[in-house]
Amino acid sequence: MNAPLLQAEGVAKRFGGVPALTDGRLRLERGSVHALCGGNGAGKSTFLNILMGILRRDSGSIRVRGEPVAFEGPDDALRARISIITQELSPIPGMTVAENIYLGREPRRLGVVVDYAHLYAITGQLMNRLGFDIDPRAPMHRLSLAQTQLVEIAKAFSHDSEIIIMDEPTSAIGERETEVLFDAIRSLTAHGAGIVYVSHRLSEIFRIADRYTVFRDGGFVESGLLGDIDRNHLVGSIVGRTLKPTEKARRAPGAPVLQTTALGRRGEFSDISLTVHKNEVLGIYGLMGAGRSEFLNCIYGLSRPHDGEIRLRGKKLAAGSPSRSIAAGLSLVTEDRKETGLVLSSSIAMNIALSAYRRMNTLSLVHRGEARRLVTQMVERMRMKTRSTELPVASMSGGNQQKVVLARCFSTAPLCLMCDEPTRGIDEGAKQEVYRLLDEFAQAGGALLLVSSEAQEVLDVSDRIAIFKAGRLVDVVDAGQATQEQLLHLAS
Amino acid sequence: MMTNNALPLPKASGRDAPNLRELYARYGILAALLAVCVALSFANEFFMTWGNWADILRQTSINGILAVGMTYVVLTGGIDLSVGAILAFSGIVSAWLVASGGAYGVGTSVLAGLGVGLSMGAVNGLLIARFSVPPFVATLGMLSAARGFTYIFNDGMPVSDLPPAFLAIGDARIGGVPLPILIFAAVIGVFWFVLRYTIYGRYIYAVGGNVKSAKTSGIGTRKVVFAVYAVSGLLAGLAGILLAARTTAALPQAGVSYELDAIAAVVIGGTSLSGGTGSLTGTLLGALLIGVINNGLNLLGVSSYYQQVIKGVIIVGAVLLDTSRKKNT
Repeated sequence: MNAPLLQAEGVAKRFGGVPALTDGRLRLERGSVHALCGGNGAGKSTFLNILMGILRRDSGSIRVRGEPVAFEGPDDALRARISIITQELSPIPGMTVAENIYLGREPRRLGVVVDYAHLYAITGQLMNRLGFDIDPRAPMHRLSLAQTQLVEIAKAFSHDSEIIIMDEPTSAIGERETEVLFDAIRSLTAHGAGIVYVSHRLSEIFRIADRYTVFRDGGFVESGLLGDIDRNHLVGSIVGRTLKPTEKARRAPGAPVLQTTALGRRGEFSDISLTVHKNEVLGIYGLMGAGRSEFLNCIYGLSRPHDGEIRLRGKKLAAGSPSRSIAAGLSLVTEDRKETGLVLSSSIAMNIALSAYRRMNTLSLVHRGEARRLVTQMVERMRMKTRSTELPVASMSGGNQQKVVLARCFSTAPLCLMCDEPTRGIDEGAKQEVYRLLDEFAQAGGALLLVSSEAQEVLDVSDRIAIFKAGRLVDVVDAGQATQEQLLHLAS
Repeated sequence: MMTNNALPLPKASGRDAPNLRELYARYGILAALLAVCVALSFANEFFMTWGNWADILRQTSINGILAVGMTYVVLTGGIDLSVGAILAFSGIVSAWLVASGGAYGVGTSVLAGLGVGLSMGAVNGLLIARFSVPPFVATLGMLSAARGFTYIFNDGMPVSDLPPAFLAIGDARIGGVPLPILIFAAVIGVFWFVLRYTIYGRYIYAVGGNVKSAKTSGIGTRKVVFAVYAVSGLLAGLAGILLAARTTAALPQAGVSYELDAIAAVVIGGTSLSGGTGSLTGTLLGALLIGVINNGLNLLGVSSYYQQVIKGVIIVGAVLLDTSRKKNT
């Protein structure tokens, strides 16, 4: 057999006219671990979803073992012996490990009765073969996150697939489990299987993969043998430019506003001491699971720290109460505006005024004139586009929704604003507006703490950048001198 | 997912033409109520008389008061199954104090009845807000416990021989309007105002719409949740006193399955069981629709067995219309 296991060419996909993928290409050979690399919005996820039959492609061709295919759904892909391991875990907690792995494909007797003896036997064999130390009879809810991820991996392997796609398989597991996984991958490829490996951790890619393909802005950029390139070349290719630092107004930081001392929360982050000053933007950069969002949520009071303390303008901040944090002068733009930012069923006006109501009432009676003035003023300042502020906030575009969240945060006149991925999922125009608003805030004497997965964004907006890795503060660098490569190196 | 699936901005051009769909969404339940009234007034000459309407409203007032509290609870995304049982316990405590207990006046017994309702509601609120017991479970437990207390309290016997001053709560008239109807109107008015014009009202919608976002915005979400159950208990206490006064006795089996009628009124009125959207106006119309249909079917001589079937169809039908309406818009 000379045909590659998998060959995709010119795969394209649009969502409502917006291209998400323009030219997806990949050639996977037998016995190879092929790293698929790219930043956010590079089109990797779309491409993988098309390979698995979850999305249909608009154009392009996919061949499996030389045969053209057009999958209608994930079961078609499974039948073609392609399986995927995703970062999103979907275990059924009340069932055992074996039941989860063979869900819907349990060995049976007389067609209806589950043959448990056989089920546990084959699961045991599977675990032995992979070298995973997990009891097939253990209930899922007893397992740690890392073990749950291993079960998900075992499930993909149990399909006896020849092509296995791994999307960030190590994001939730530790060093030891990673070694076990790599051994399993090596044994599989030795038997002729092919692996598509997606990871932001470049060091892992260089250890386990032999070939690479880079996507950027929805299109194929380059492909080749990892042995022929070095890490800098790969980073440059993912980022897409030899970077020159953008011109940025230098601000003169003032007095300290927010200070954390040896702040820690078990299982999330530990020993983080950082200071944000007046007129300063402190960026936080790190990979997924580095503890960035957890750090912000803890400062804000959505969770309680186990160690250390938080001070705002020298005064100790009461832990675990967003309402008191707001009163003290803190504000948070959360990572997910739909989940934790907005009340989607309520009006734009109510979403803007929600935090400010408590200073705009007498005996709980809302000062309607004052509330209306606040909303009008915010709509103008944020340049929101809407027909009426009485419409549900769900009727707005993502960018405008994000401005509503920002408006609510600004409405309490915070001393320190914390933004977690403030430009996630919004278009370029809205991004520029958000940057403008953040810059205005810092110029006017505010202290800003910005978390972002996009290195360029952190570099553009921040004055200093703190780099998080696995829940620890690795380094704090001057944004004027740092480069994207440097950030990636430090974080991975 | 990073995709942006927010709806596009509505076009400004649709503004001039009266939007039929919007009208229907807003007033569909009102139209249904009017249609039923028109049909019944043709089917029965007695339906459109003052006496009959006073009956309808008086009967609706009990369920209506329960439904007001239920609306608050459902707006936060919860449910209160215990209102029927709390109604019975409050009613019997209040009646016993004024009758068998002897020495107490009407004012004291009414306050005691309200106090019983409020405290049982507060227990619900504490379990749900402080100890995170699911509302369905907490209030199901209270349903059973409160009903048990009611039987224990007077050995399963009803309390009758109520003094005229207490019975007056059920049948006194002010300006020709029966007192229960006036009390119901006042309850609706006050709770409508609170929901619309106070920050507490805003917070109820916010907590029901998205409790995480509400918390992020600095709202004390637990206090809001606690308060709606306490309020629901208080109103159940009030309804219990009214029912005892109107029926001239407090029965231990009073109010069995009243919680279901209250939930039905809320749901028919368009309040979403998942919380965040809905209104008291809708609940009022929902309660009236149930009252009118019960009354109409009685007038037409339909057997009570068939009445239950018809009520079931109406509840599901109203919600079915509601979901199809939401899909369209």
